[in-house]
Amino acid sequence: MIIIDKLYKKFDKNEVLKGINLEIKSGGIIAVLGPNGSGKTTLIKSILGMVIPNSGSIALNGMPVKNNWKYRNDIDYLPQIANFPGNLKVKELINMIKDLRTEKKADDQHLIELFKLEPFLDKKLSNLSGGTKQKVNLVLTFMFDSPLVILDEPTSGLDPISHLRLKELIKVEKEKGKTILITSHIMSFVEEIADEIVFLLEGKIYFKGSIDQLKIKTLQPDFEHAIASILTSNYA
Amino acid sequence: MRSRWSYVYFLFYLLLGTVLLFLNNDLSKAVITLMNVIIILVPLIGTIFGVMYYYSSREFTELLLAQPVKRSSIFLGQYFGVALSLSMSLIIGLGLPFVFYGIFKSGAIWDFSLLLITGTFLTLIFTALAFIIALANENKIKGFGYAILLWLFMAVIYDGLFLMSLIYFENYPLDKFSLIATMLNPVDLSRVLILLKLDISALLGYTGAVFQKFFGTNLGLVISTVMLALWVAIPIGIIYKMVKRKDF
Amino acid sequence: MKYFSYISIILMLLISNSIFGNVLKVCKSCAYKSLTEAVKNAVDFDTILVKKGTYYEFNIEITKALTIIGQNNPVIDGQNKGEIITIQANNVTIDGLTIVNVGTSYTTDYAAVRVVKSENFLLQNLKLERLFFGIYLEKSKNGKVLNNTIVGDAVHEYSSGNGIQLWYCRNIEVRGNKIKKVRDGIYLEFSDDITISENNSSENLRYGLHFMFSNNDTYINNTFENNGAGVAVMFSKFIIMKNNTFKKNWGSASFGLLLKEINDSEITHNTFEENTVGINVEGSNRVNYTHNDFKNNGWAVKVRGACYFNVFEKNNFLYNSFDVSYNSRLNDNKFDQNYWSNYTGYDLDKNGIGDIPYRPVKLFSYIVNRTPETIILLRSLFIDIIDFSEKVSPVFTPDNLLDENPLLKPIRHDNYR
Repeated sequence: MIIIDKLYKKFDKNEVLKGINLEIKSGGIIAVLGPNGSGKTTLIKSILGMVIPNSGSIALNGMPVKNNWKYRNDIDYLPQIANFPGNLKVKELINMIKDLRTEKKADDQHLIELFKLEPFLDKKLSNLSGGTKQKVNLVLTFMFDSPLVILDEPTSGLDPISHLRLKELIKVEKEKGKTILITSHIMSFVEEIADEIVFLLEGKIYFKGSIDQLKIKTLQPDFEHAIASILTSNYA
Repeated sequence: MRSRWSYVYFLFYLLLGTVLLFLNNDLSKAVITLMNVIIILVPLIGTIFGVMYYYSSREFTELLLAQPVKRSSIFLGQYFGVALSLSMSLIIGLGLPFVFYGIFKSGAIWDFSLLLITGTFLTLIFTALAFIIALANENKIKGFGYAILLWLFMAVIYDGLFLMSLIYFENYPLDKFSLIATMLNPVDLSRVLILLKLDISALLGYTGAVFQKFFGTNLGLVISTVMLALWVAIPIGIIYKMVKRKDF
Repeated sequence: MKYFSYISIILMLLISNSIFGNVLKVCKSCAYKSLTEAVKNAVDFDTILVKKGTYYEFNIEITKALTIIGQNNPVIDGQNKGEIITIQANNVTIDGLTIVNVGTSYTTDYAAVRVVKSENFLLQNLKLERLFFGIYLEKSKNGKVLNNTIVGDAVHEYSSGNGIQLWYCRNIEVRGNKIKKVRDGIYLEFSDDITISENNSSENLRYGLHFMFSNNDTYINNTFENNGAGVAVMFSKFIIMKNNTFKKNWGSASFGLLLKEINDSEITHNTFEENTVGINVEGSNRVNYTHNDFKNNGWAVKVRGACYFNVFEKNNFLYNSFDVSYNSRLNDNKFDQNYWSNYTGYDLDKNGIGDIPYRPVKLFSYIVNRTPETIILLRSLFIDIIDFSEKVSPVFTPDNLLDENPLLKPIRHDNYR
């Protein structure tokens, strides 16, 4: 589904991605992990075309991403920090985003019910709490039925019930045969849902495989320790 | 895109127009005072609003960037959203009091419409420059700083340097230089465009042949308008290019 | 007794002749086929009626007291061969002729109508076209030039003449003429006690009206528009200039009114509108400027050189780029009770007079005098700032040049007539 070839990206003098080669197949949940500044968000944004790489190429379903925008019809993206224009109402925002993808059917009603957003629909976004905003963010992401879903820190600010609902939602989407790309700091969450892990370290792919393979590689009994051992062995 | 600020801006101009007319009780005089306002205030407001709008909608921009929308249309859409709503506020806000005062029956109608046209041009130009500054500076404070500096330079400092160089090189033929220097600053350019209407008698007092041709014929009007249009087109082109290369 | 009746009969004859005279008609089928012929055969106090038609004639010399009247606009065409009518007799009237194609020469000033050393003449309702000089009055007096239309086609100053020229004349009335496209609309040299009124002089190459060495003259209710350089009054005194309009005299050496070496004159109730310079004053003393309107001029008043004891009182200065400009730091002229549209003061005691004086000379006008190109910075914020600082503490501009009683509302001059 996604083929990334020799991807390099520098911000000023700071080299963030140093030659990423990655192939992601259709279907399943892939978690992109790594310490702060390892290039997770940059990688995701490169796929979305928000960051323009210095060299290398990204292709989605065989189509190069560069100078193209139509491919984003096939992607749903949940940004890390959702700050919406405060003078808009929730309803208006949802409708606006819907207007951008008129050719797609949007299933916002179901999601609004799922996250219990009805009472907030007529409120201005500036008056919402962080968690509610994240729920709106989730509605905006999941309301289109795109084959690729990219979630950047989806659990931040969510209450436990919503957290559960999100997990269920992700699983349902997976059942539909979608490819879901996730970054998260919450290891239990990743361990629970991820089929495959891509571990980034200093702009390179350190590891790619299943959680079990990671445990074997690091000789650690559980996932969290496995991650920790990568970090300590590299930063010690 | 609606913004509370454009209403504030609109009310500000409405108030300004009314107060000017009330205080002066004289259309021609109000038009002259208005010229100073347009030359100075419109660029300032355009720059500040441009920068402010860009920074305040940055996260939303990122949201849009992930949507299947062309990058350039996101930014140009935002740019025209701000610039046009500012222009509309200017035109309607100033227009209303003058219309009620009877501008249509007055000889000052042409001067006044010219003022509004240059005001619109200045809004388009300075909002575009503000977007460029904001695009180049992730840091809000820096962006605001540069924006104010840009305004200060264009509105005051440039003319100071201009004047000094004219006096310093007064023994050389300067009319071409001064015309070119005028073209290079949109504030001066708009000022000259308005001068062509308000102070043509004085401008024709200078003997230089180039001046005479520029101010004495329609050439001045045509060139100034074309230059103003370029001043709009080039920054928009730069925005277009910057946006294509920028990371978010 | 017989002797007396003899004289009375002669007198009667003379009087009847002078009142009724003979009427000589000129036309294709008349006794006289040309004006020249008729003039030759006429005697004093005859009337010549010129009927409709075109007559190719020039050098018509009138040496008798004749009245020549054109009926239905007859045309006298000089075919560019020289002067057309020359009057050398008192009591001549010419009325209603159209005179065209006066010869151009670099050595002789050919005119459509010339009056030489004559009195009591009347030139009226003439139409002069394609001419060199129009009406040329030479050492003549007590005449009238009324309601003529003079339209030239002047292109160069050296090959064109003046519309109406007065040279060494006394007591002449020039009224209601329309003069266009000649060198000087009306030109006076060494001519005194002349009244010039209700004329319209426009689009002339040089001046609409031009005085040289002429005193005690009056011009009122005239309009001077779009001339090379408006009206010039030079080396003259006791001139009254009243109710005239000076408009749209644009150009680098252009002005509404130029005063050079003029003393003891009155300039009142005039309108100066859209001129590059409203009034340019050089070396003029004791001139009173009252109740004039200066509107939309580049410079309303430009004072150069030695000017003393001039008074500017109760004028309206409206929307001029510069109100007053000086090229020296001295001031011996008085500005009082004018209305300045650029005045920004206040009137707390509500007496209609601004509480702080107005300084009509801006620093920027000095800068422009010095480096003319700086005019392009007019109305720039930077210029406003330096003008303001100069206003607060004058360094370059005359310290005492101010209007202590600036009015808050424009004056209605009609209330002061």
